[in-house]
Amino acid sequence: MEIILAIVVGLLYTVGVYLLLRRSILKFIIGLIFMSNATNLLVFLSAGLVPGSPAFVQAGSGSSAPLADPLPQALVLTAIVIGLGIVVFTLALKYKFFETTGTDDLDQLKKTDN
Amino acid sequence: MITFVALPILLPFIFIISLLVFRSDRLAGWLGVFGSGLLILLSGYLFILVQKHGVIALQMGGWEAPFGITLVVDFLSAIMLVVAALIVFSIAIYALRFLPKTIRLNRFFIFFFGLTMGLNGAFVTGDVFNLFVWFEVMLMSSFVLITLGRTKEQLEGGIKYMSLNLIGSLLFLAGVGLLYGKTGTLNMAHLAEILKNDNQAILMNTSAVLFFVAFGIKAAVFPLYFWLPASYHTPNITISSLFAGLLTKVGVYTFIRFFTLFFVHDQQFWHQLLLITAGFTMVAGGMAAAAHYETRRILSYHIISQIGYMIMGLGIFTPLAIAGAIFFTIHNMIAKTNTFLVAGMIAKARGTFELKEVGGLFKQSPFLAILFMVPAFALAGVPPISGFFAKFILIKAGLENGNYVITAVAILTGMLTLYSMIKIWNEAFLKAQPANEYASTPFKKLKFAEYFPSVLLGATSILMGLFAAYLFDFTMNAANQLIDPSLYIETVLKG
Repeated sequence: MEIILAIVVGLLYTVGVYLLLRRSILKFIIGLIFMSNATNLLVFLSAGLVPGSPAFVQAGSGSSAPLADPLPQALVLTAIVIGLGIVVFTLALKYKFFETTGTDDLDQLKKTDN
Repeated sequence: MITFVALPILLPFIFIISLLVFRSDRLAGWLGVFGSGLLILLSGYLFILVQKHGVIALQMGGWEAPFGITLVVDFLSAIMLVVAALIVFSIAIYALRFLPKTIRLNRFFIFFFGLTMGLNGAFVTGDVFNLFVWFEVMLMSSFVLITLGRTKEQLEGGIKYMSLNLIGSLLFLAGVGLLYGKTGTLNMAHLAEILKNDNQAILMNTSAVLFFVAFGIKAAVFPLYFWLPASYHTPNITISSLFAGLLTKVGVYTFIRFFTLFFVHDQQFWHQLLLITAGFTMVAGGMAAAAHYETRRILSYHIISQIGYMIMGLGIFTPLAIAGAIFFTIHNMIAKTNTFLVAGMIAKARGTFELKEVGGLFKQSPFLAILFMVPAFALAGVPPISGFFAKFILIKAGLENGNYVITAVAILTGMLTLYSMIKIWNEAFLKAQPANEYASTPFKKLKFAEYFPSVLLGATSILMGLFAAYLFDFTMNAANQLIDPSLYIETVLKG
């Protein structure tokens, strides 16, 4: 299962990088979303998968059954929330930019360079 | 007493909430200045406290380390907090006079405190994931600040700034994931303890590389700096100065923290990489600054060039070199912000940032000339102002350790710095005002609130130069604490 998910992470990064390299700002943002999800999945996988086991047990139960590590789940929850906020902001910024300039083409963004 | 460690985060948060409740712009100005003034007092108190105890740690929520989030203040964090508070205070006063009418003070100060909260959080946290969260708080506020004026250039600069920094954040988070997968902890002190005597620590390189790129983007090192010159000259000068003094330096702080505390394996490779990066950063930034004729662009490229010196100190990795890097960071935060403030005053007096369009300011206002001279001399490294000692320590450390190439590069970059500063001096102050539309604008006399922030920072630069020995002793202690983190580890894990 971990192998499959690891491949999925790789695929998501590939798609993300491909979209980042496109000329459209909207596709760029979608690429960011893909990469952000790939990263979230990577963090989630970092403790390994322990299917069917609880993350918490009763104190003093002395059970030696495998436990799921709750920490990556907490981390990934935080990361998803932060990612959501950021995606909303990027979309709002893109909308405002489109409203003022009427372009979605990254190649037109040359005025502030050099 | 120890709960004071959480206050640098809590205080800006309280001010954000009060600014959300009381929406008057008049009050916002007062709250901004008052809040940042309080922050100076608070960080000053923490500074004294740290000198007495060495390292202080607060376990948040009563969860013991390494299970909970720990806030730690050691010498490095304490000095960064003080300097950041000083800069934040001067910018708060500066904003009152220099923000345009289109930006409401209330909005500005909400995100100003948001940025301060993220910044202070990054300085005091002792947990890698928590650091990521503070970075995001800081970045989010800076995204809003940079686009606050809503002009075409600002939106364009904002998109460039945002996209590259977001990629940096994603790499940072991926690094955190891999780090946790390999060590099972994210507490920095615990990581240091685990990795200290681990002969398989070389496996950490996968995470270390991700962190290197992520912090490299934040700190704007070669070749990851392209977002900085594309965006720093677009927002209002108040916001540019705030960014110039603080944002990239957090990247440098995390570099120093990570690569002294727990990424201490495989030193030959990492130090070599850091030195190469540092050299290219210095030269690329310095050359680009020499080619430009707009104050904000010159100064933006110049930020990059100076980042190189700080990374160079880390790359040499002797106690003296790290002390030099810390000294340089503090000096640069103050002097660099000050040059931006003066650039804003020149632009206010003449109506443009283009150096070719202005001139004759020395005759018009010798006082403004002095205000520019202090940070310019500090950056160029003229004794007895702070920059001289900062560069001197770094170069001495480089020669002692036999890193001749990087030392030569550092000295030559000093020439480039001097050249950019002389260019601004010649163009804006010495040459006669060219006959153009700006020539007829009458020179407005500067008001107290306009020049006070620059006087404050300039005086700090000079004092840092005059009392360099005390400051050097302090940075040396900080460096020793970083090289041998046993007190840090002990305070966090057993305190």
